[in-house]
Amino acid sequence: MSDQPAFVCQEIVELVTEYLDGGLEPSERLAFERHVAICPPCRGYLSQLRRVSRVAGGLSEDDVPESLRTSLLEAFRGWKSGPRAK
Amino acid sequence: MVDTEGGRAAGQSASEESLFVEALRGGDELAFAHAVDRFTPAMLRLARVYGLGAEACEDVVQETWLRVLRSLDQFGGRSSFRTWLFAILGNCALGRARADRRFVSVSSTESEGGPAVDESRFFPAQHPRWAGAWTTLVDSWETIPDERLLAGEARDRFRAAIDELPARHAAVFVLRDVEGWSSDEVCLVLELSPENQRVLLHRARTRLRTALEEYLGRRPA
Repeated sequence: MSDQPAFVCQEIVELVTEYLDGGLEPSERLAFERHVAICPPCRGYLSQLRRVSRVAGGLSEDDVPESLRTSLLEAFRGWKSGPRAK
Repeated sequence: MVDTEGGRAAGQSASEESLFVEALRGGDELAFAHAVDRFTPAMLRLARVYGLGAEACEDVVQETWLRVLRSLDQFGGRSSFRTWLFAILGNCALGRARADRRFVSVSSTESEGGPAVDESRFFPAQHPRWAGAWTTLVDSWETIPDERLLAGEARDRFRAAIDELPARHAAVFVLRDVEGWSSDEVCLVLELSPENQRVLLHRARTRLRTALEEYLGRRPA
């Protein structure tokens, strides 16, 4: 018998982010991977959480509203011409 | 844009960053405009998680930049400029949310949120053989292209689900998964322990997964 930890599915779903962040102890990581290798629903769940993270990365947009940009540059000029401690 | 190289711009070294800060101190408008273009979209997204409307978010971003300019001399380079900037933004956004009498929960990791997956989807702990195992199949979503999740109604639903998260959860999620920041930097900006940060991120991801699952379940593939 080994004293390796073993997880049930209900525990696996709580450990996914820790697993993806590399936060699990080596023995836990091994137990996690062993479980997922033979458990299709947990594999599906892991894949879904990875997907959530990836889809989120596609949400970032880089436009600055023009009116905000203009007023920020005006504020910068105001700051630049005002009294500043050197 | 997603920054993946710590708090500094891709390819920007600490010495380049200090040149940039020097340029700002010297009143270089081009350097400022560049920084505005680079950081403002993410600043608006982070401000939004404090329950502020679009106009209030813009006010907060403006207030943040002004504070940054006024305190440039206090920036010592111990953290990256981005970390410093976003920590100031968080304080401004929180101040504004409180002034608007919005309830923002900031201090706790909140035990609320419940389990990652509803208990009803697992065999009960008393089950002689399958305790804690799934009672249902879980679709891996592998056949669903990213484009389908990033367009139209799915995108709107996903954004709405982020807006429905508690502020702390949403803040961690936005910085980690939308902006692609490292956990170390998120902990610095939001003043969280690594453990709390991970709990909040996990709660956020699991809630968004549930929202996507519900959305996908209601629509034909």
